[in-house]
Amino acid sequence: MDYNKYLRQDKFPHIWCEGCGNGIVLKAILRAIDRIGLSKDEIVMVSGIGCSSRTPGYCDFNTLHTTHGRALTFATGVKMADPKLTVIVVMGDGDATAIGGNHFIHAARRNIDLTAIIFNNYIYGMTGGQYSPTTPFGMHGSTAPYGSIEHPFDISALAQAAGSTFVARGTVYHALLLDKFIERAIRKKGFSVVEALTPCPIMYGKWNRMGTASNMLKWYQGNTISLKAASTISPEQRGEKIVTGVLVDIEKPEYTEEYNKLIERVQNMG
Amino acid sequence: MGFRYEVRLSGSGGQGLILVGKVLAEAAAIYDDKNATQSQSYGPEARGGASRSEVIISDEDIDYPKATNIDLLLALTQESCDKYYKDLKDGGILLVDSEYVTQLPRGNFRNYKVPISEIARSQVGKVLVANIVALGIITELSGVVSREAVESAILSRVPKGTEELNLKAFRVGLEKGKALKEKD
Amino acid sequence: MQGNEACAEGALAAGLSFFAGYPITPSSEIAEILSQRLPRIGGRFIQMEDEIASMGAVIGASLVGVKAMTATSGPGFSLKQENIGYAAIAEIPCVIVNVMRGGPSTGLPTLPSQGDVMQARWGSHGDHPVIVLAPYSVRETFELTVRAFNLAEQYRVPVILLMDEIVGHVNEKVRLPHPSEIEIIDRQKPMVSPEDYLPYCQTEDDIPPMANFGEGYRYHVTGLCHDETGFPTNDPAKINSLLRRINRKIERYRDDIIEVAELELGDAEIGVVAYGSTARSARRAVIMAREEGIKVGLLRPVTLWPFPEEQVTKLADQVKRIIVPEMNLGQVAQLVKCSAEGKTKVVPLTRVDGEPISPQQILDLLKK
Repeated sequence: MDYNKYLRQDKFPHIWCEGCGNGIVLKAILRAIDRIGLSKDEIVMVSGIGCSSRTPGYCDFNTLHTTHGRALTFATGVKMADPKLTVIVVMGDGDATAIGGNHFIHAARRNIDLTAIIFNNYIYGMTGGQYSPTTPFGMHGSTAPYGSIEHPFDISALAQAAGSTFVARGTVYHALLLDKFIERAIRKKGFSVVEALTPCPIMYGKWNRMGTASNMLKWYQGNTISLKAASTISPEQRGEKIVTGVLVDIEKPEYTEEYNKLIERVQNMG
Repeated sequence: MGFRYEVRLSGSGGQGLILVGKVLAEAAAIYDDKNATQSQSYGPEARGGASRSEVIISDEDIDYPKATNIDLLLALTQESCDKYYKDLKDGGILLVDSEYVTQLPRGNFRNYKVPISEIARSQVGKVLVANIVALGIITELSGVVSREAVESAILSRVPKGTEELNLKAFRVGLEKGKALKEKD
Repeated sequence: MQGNEACAEGALAAGLSFFAGYPITPSSEIAEILSQRLPRIGGRFIQMEDEIASMGAVIGASLVGVKAMTATSGPGFSLKQENIGYAAIAEIPCVIVNVMRGGPSTGLPTLPSQGDVMQARWGSHGDHPVIVLAPYSVRETFELTVRAFNLAEQYRVPVILLMDEIVGHVNEKVRLPHPSEIEIIDRQKPMVSPEDYLPYCQTEDDIPPMANFGEGYRYHVTGLCHDETGFPTNDPAKINSLLRRINRKIERYRDDIIEVAELELGDAEIGVVAYGSTARSARRAVIMAREEGIKVGLLRPVTLWPFPEEQVTKLADQVKRIIVPEMNLGQVAQLVKCSAEGKTKVVPLTRVDGEPISPQQILDLLKK
């Protein structure tokens, strides 16, 4: 497929570091959009603050780069003002689950038709490698020089518990699976979440001696297991491996559709 | 300066004093074509705590919407009576619920001790409408609004289905007010 | 009708079709009324998870082209500041209502105050444009809510309607204007094709036309300093021209934006500068003082920001002293002092106990 038709060519080169996985997630998003056949005018791409949140700038859609953690709130306003628009929200792990954690669980609870793609690299990359809510216990960052003693969020489990109607976890190593998850997430009428594990070799990798960018990609290969495979083995056999795949796909009334029904109902009341 | 009549309705939160204030102000402003404002002061909680509602009725523009020189004070609790009687003007009307206010302040006031809650309970059948009974008494004693205006305002403000109950409470209050005036 | 009701009615009259809010005393009636009214006209209401979210949603909706508003009070206003700054730099029209209550912090949830005058201007970080209007009656609340939307649309700025608990909750008689008597201003849309559209171009009037998301103009909006294309820039010249332009928008149209009301200023020897509900007490005090032969007049800023400096300077030239009653520790009194430039004595009359300033209090000071 022709990625270029969705990109703002004059905005390249991008700001992402060598070995960063964000570009792989971006391409997966574009493949998904291309397969669905959405027009560029009907897409609004919203982001917060951080490395991942620079994604919309490179995309030739209606793009909205908001404040830190607040992407889902702006996106909610966009979607409510015109429910016909397809609203895709890209966020980082800190953006979505620390400063934006409240907005994240409430967008999920409300089940508003937004697609949240969370680039999870376990760290605040842009500000210099501080530990985030997803940094695993014991791992390091510039504000956790002795190792983090906090327990991390499992973003997908959080999304599920908060009421998301679609949740999938993928990695940039499994890039061709990732776009399938994103495609299903965008098609889903409801709040859908794709947690994309993506490496930050410059910050997270360096602080935790993970080796080269390609080593980090291979880490995803060795440390993840598909939902299907995981279901055939015991939890002991699974160990610490991270489960990938479509974790939630359920039906629930969607917020903007319900609001349209509400409008119809009260207008008929006379 | 023109005519200005100040009413303060005081008690505790949840007694419906703000509603009474709104009805009184609307009766004067909309149905009697005077000028009126209603304002309120209450604590952070929706129920309990000191609550007051103030109505200013005037034949000219009302700038300051708060009561400072009160013509009529309704006190449904001892606490509110003790707290607010100082703003009552010389010769002003002090109306209290005698069930809850036992100590009347000293001063040159026209005091009316009325078992308002008891009247609501026994003559209307619901203590909840004690506020509207009080409104009836106030309408009679103050004479600043017409009975018809207050009835119209009640009908526009009370929840649907409670119109009859509230009108009954109002009329019971009016009768009581009339009797009090005759005694004077 | 109550001030908060008049605010909701004014917003609807101005063309409001989206409201996002979070419950907070003493502003909640505005949200309650709009939750009932908006769906009836095909508009939308949402109660967000907090005040930050409400402000974000309002900006998102405005980008799609609908008129959007939120309403709050002190603590919520503090939370909204982050995204008010966003609306200022990204030039997104929106209206924020703050029904002031006593602060700081949770303060006095149900009692009046005028303590947010400075916050309304400077609550968000960085030099940024905002317009702040302060109504003093129920009728004026209706009118200024309409005006708030018009100014927001015309100048692409966040407009803050700074009410106070007394104005918000007082019930008084109003006759609302017929819709045909109400002037409505809508944002200017681009006249050029999407290929030629520069969302933040330097126009002759300093106000770039604004395209709606979803209508073919695929542009970029960011809270970072940006160039004419809307994309982030670190070029000092471009940063300078952006920040000067968005602030100049307000300065160069001061005369259009600033509104003051005057009472008995003609032969006044003492001036009173008061706004919001305190101006009601001041008006009564002036009438009472005049009856006693004191030559006093009232200057009432209806627009608080930009502050009517010229009008105050003119007053300072005329009177022997200026009294500034306000329910805070002298926020506007400081501004009056600056504008009076030492030409006359400025006497603050402050009150922060949750009680309003009475006409008698002002009169007593006038007699001194």
